[in-house]
Amino acid sequence: MDKRTQEFLEHVQAGGQVEATDWLPDEYRQRLLKFVEMHANSELMGVLPEREWILRAPTLQRKLALTAKVQDEVGHAQLLYRIAEDLGKPREQMFADLLSGKSKFHNVFHYPTRTWGDVGVIAWLVDAAAIISQKALLKCSYAPYARIMKKICWEESFHILHGRDVILALMTGTDEQRELVQEALDRWWSPLMQFHGNPIPRDEDPMWLWRIKSQGNEEARQQFLDGYVPQIVELGLTVPDGKLRRRDDGVWEYTEPDWEELRSVVTGHGPQTAERLALRARYLEQESWVRESVLAA
Amino acid sequence: MPVFEVFRQERKGQPFTHAGSVVAPDAVFADAWAREQYGRRGESSALWLVPRDSVHEVTDWADEFDLKYRRVDGYSIKERLRIARERAGTTAAEPR
Repeated sequence: MDKRTQEFLEHVQAGGQVEATDWLPDEYRQRLLKFVEMHANSELMGVLPEREWILRAPTLQRKLALTAKVQDEVGHAQLLYRIAEDLGKPREQMFADLLSGKSKFHNVFHYPTRTWGDVGVIAWLVDAAAIISQKALLKCSYAPYARIMKKICWEESFHILHGRDVILALMTGTDEQRELVQEALDRWWSPLMQFHGNPIPRDEDPMWLWRIKSQGNEEARQQFLDGYVPQIVELGLTVPDGKLRRRDDGVWEYTEPDWEELRSVVTGHGPQTAERLALRARYLEQESWVRESVLAA
Repeated sequence: MPVFEVFRQERKGQPFTHAGSVVAPDAVFADAWAREQYGRRGESSALWLVPRDSVHEVTDWADEFDLKYRRVDGYSIKERLRIARERAGTTAAEPR
């Protein structure tokens, strides 16, 4: 490692931040770009499971709230693609790489949204898991990323409330409604446990080394379990993992998540991957006239 | 397409801080998109949209003439005070 890179590394490891106009080591730029691009892709693809339910949402209020959430998430994607563009990758290229499978998006957006119960579980628990990772980015060594995360985290807090409200409405409803939530939770638990990634030790994680992330994968998962298992249980729901328990020292034990499933899903082999990407491709094509007319303005 | 840097003021009287950026073909589109990104929940009292090309950035702070007398770290009081006290035969004044 050359002297300049060494100094950069010491700067970020001491909690220092850098700006877009600062010199960045190539490895840092590449890792950061890949990470931000995946984050952007996930926001963009993350609206699709919910979008499917806008027309089927049970009340006008729910339709409006869901629409607003979709707008927020697409807005987050816009902010993130801007950060990635400034790191050197053209937006059109990122759109193309998403469709061709060259770049990735989060595992949870590769699964179907079967019922309104899924919408609740996604909006509550998937967003809860996501906000834990996102809050850790508020301290990211790349300052432009950290700054937009303030806005993103702020808006995510509305989404969690929305999700909790959907779940509470169902859990205070009929037996069928309660079963709908339990059944959705049963299906979503594995993807949720895989969400924060394999428990690679923090010090071996290059994203931690460069202080792009400020916490390790397992730390994030433990935080999720600590915050949300009690909230799930208090509603009378059952977490579908017989091994799940909180040890006396506060550490959660659980059944080893299926890392092979995670690898397979994020590399484009999820149950809904092809369909979602096809929808994305359709809209990119269908709305191209908007981009053309804006560019002509 | 031009990039517009967005600065937002949360409440009147507060400083404008950098919030992010939007790309837009011109100021009219930049205005529309920045409003959506940074104002739709009433979270800003005002926005400044600045074309990135118009930002003149200063990052080099040469100090050839050793201008540290303008700064608090430019004065070494402690050592001089010790010598002065020694000559006067006094000790440190009790804090009042």
